[in-house]
Amino acid sequence: MALSREQVAMRVAQELQDGYYVNLGIGIPTLVANYVPDDIEVMLQSENGLLGMGPYPTKAELDADMINAGKETVTAATGAAIFNSADSFAMIRGGHVDLTVLGAFEVDQNGNIASWMIPKKLIKGMGGAMDLVAGAKNIIVTMTHASKHGDSKLLEACSLPLTGVNCVKKIVTDLAVLEVKDGAFHLLERAPGVSVDEIISKTAGKLLVDGEVPEMVF
Amino acid sequence: MAGFDKVVSSYEAAMEGLKDGDTIIAGGFGLCGIPEGLIKQIKHMQTKNLTVVSNNCGVDDFGLGILLQDKQIKKVVASYVGENALFEQQLLSGEIDVELTPQGTLAEKMRAGGAGIPAFYTATGYGTPVAEGKDVKEFNGRPYILEESITGEFAIVKAWKADRFGNLVFRHTAMNFNPMAATAGKITVAEVEEIVEPGELEPSQIHTPGIFVNRVIKGSFEKRIERVTTRD
Repeated sequence: MALSREQVAMRVAQELQDGYYVNLGIGIPTLVANYVPDDIEVMLQSENGLLGMGPYPTKAELDADMINAGKETVTAATGAAIFNSADSFAMIRGGHVDLTVLGAFEVDQNGNIASWMIPKKLIKGMGGAMDLVAGAKNIIVTMTHASKHGDSKLLEACSLPLTGVNCVKKIVTDLAVLEVKDGAFHLLERAPGVSVDEIISKTAGKLLVDGEVPEMVF
Repeated sequence: MAGFDKVVSSYEAAMEGLKDGDTIIAGGFGLCGIPEGLIKQIKHMQTKNLTVVSNNCGVDDFGLGILLQDKQIKKVVASYVGENALFEQQLLSGEIDVELTPQGTLAEKMRAGGAGIPAFYTATGYGTPVAEGKDVKEFNGRPYILEESITGEFAIVKAWKADRFGNLVFRHTAMNFNPMAATAGKITVAEVEEIVEPGELEPSQIHTPGIFVNRVIKGSFEKRIERVTTRD
């Protein structure tokens, strides 16, 4: 069965390592913060200028001067740092952030990502996404494997305007975990109860399946 | 003799000299850390054909969004404008021009502009619509695009505290783009919550040195929150 949003976030959380600085995008990536394993420490970077993002405030703690990149009120974790936008993007563009997790409309077999614009429909802007995909050492994309209409989002070549090129390394969808390398998607894991055939049928780009594909373990 | 005293006592004096066609660089992220009173003064002045450089363009009835109501803005340079229906409407009708710019590139355009650096290469945006028409150069085997920096006739910023010499301290994430914007204006105006005497701010704790700031005004702030999120 396809994973829920929470299960996708739980699977991504397994990729976190002790000591990682991580930037989480809006949507499913934000949920990853809820599933950080107890035995490791990670620090969340919010690109508006906060390293060490804490939980949402209580009503009593609410402070208009303390927000995250999604413009939600937040708190600072113990040991947090606050800085200006140029320093924030020096961290991101300088390759100092260990992992970026973000959503996408489409990813293709060459690791290109389209996540910010649908011509004539959605023109809100890219925010920090282009900087994040150009700068992070490691990028994981979360998205549904196919659209509501059944169209694959894992393509031979993205059809929408790109956010970045040759940058996506790993994808966690509601059906599978895939690695992107050498011009193809490599199937690493499948969601419990989802067949390899279903994943093949919903992947439009080049998909390599090597031997037995294990189910995800939670 | 005013010496280094930058304090002005009216919004008229704070924005004196702003004229039609000027470029205004504004600090703020969403509605956090925006110079609310200076923006209202620009609306009051009814200055037209403005180019506004800011990460976002406010919401329909607050922040920079209020300058859209009377069509004072000709062009916006921003990374994200999704919070503003009026903006989208004017964009689709062709009344306003937008240059969507990656957030880090925007911060660097302001920083470089203020530092006298006319342009810089960045990997951000390579291979995307942002790169169209821009010079591409390889360094160590990786392609980068050339981005030009930005300066403006005016920069408007919001700080927590200022001393009379224009030294600024920001509070929490209300800092954001404000220090970059402050360096990039020919005339930089800081609207602050509190003005103190020189010597009261610890020199090593000052975020923006007064050399970048021309005018300081004590404002009063509504500090509207875009998304109130709590855990209780």
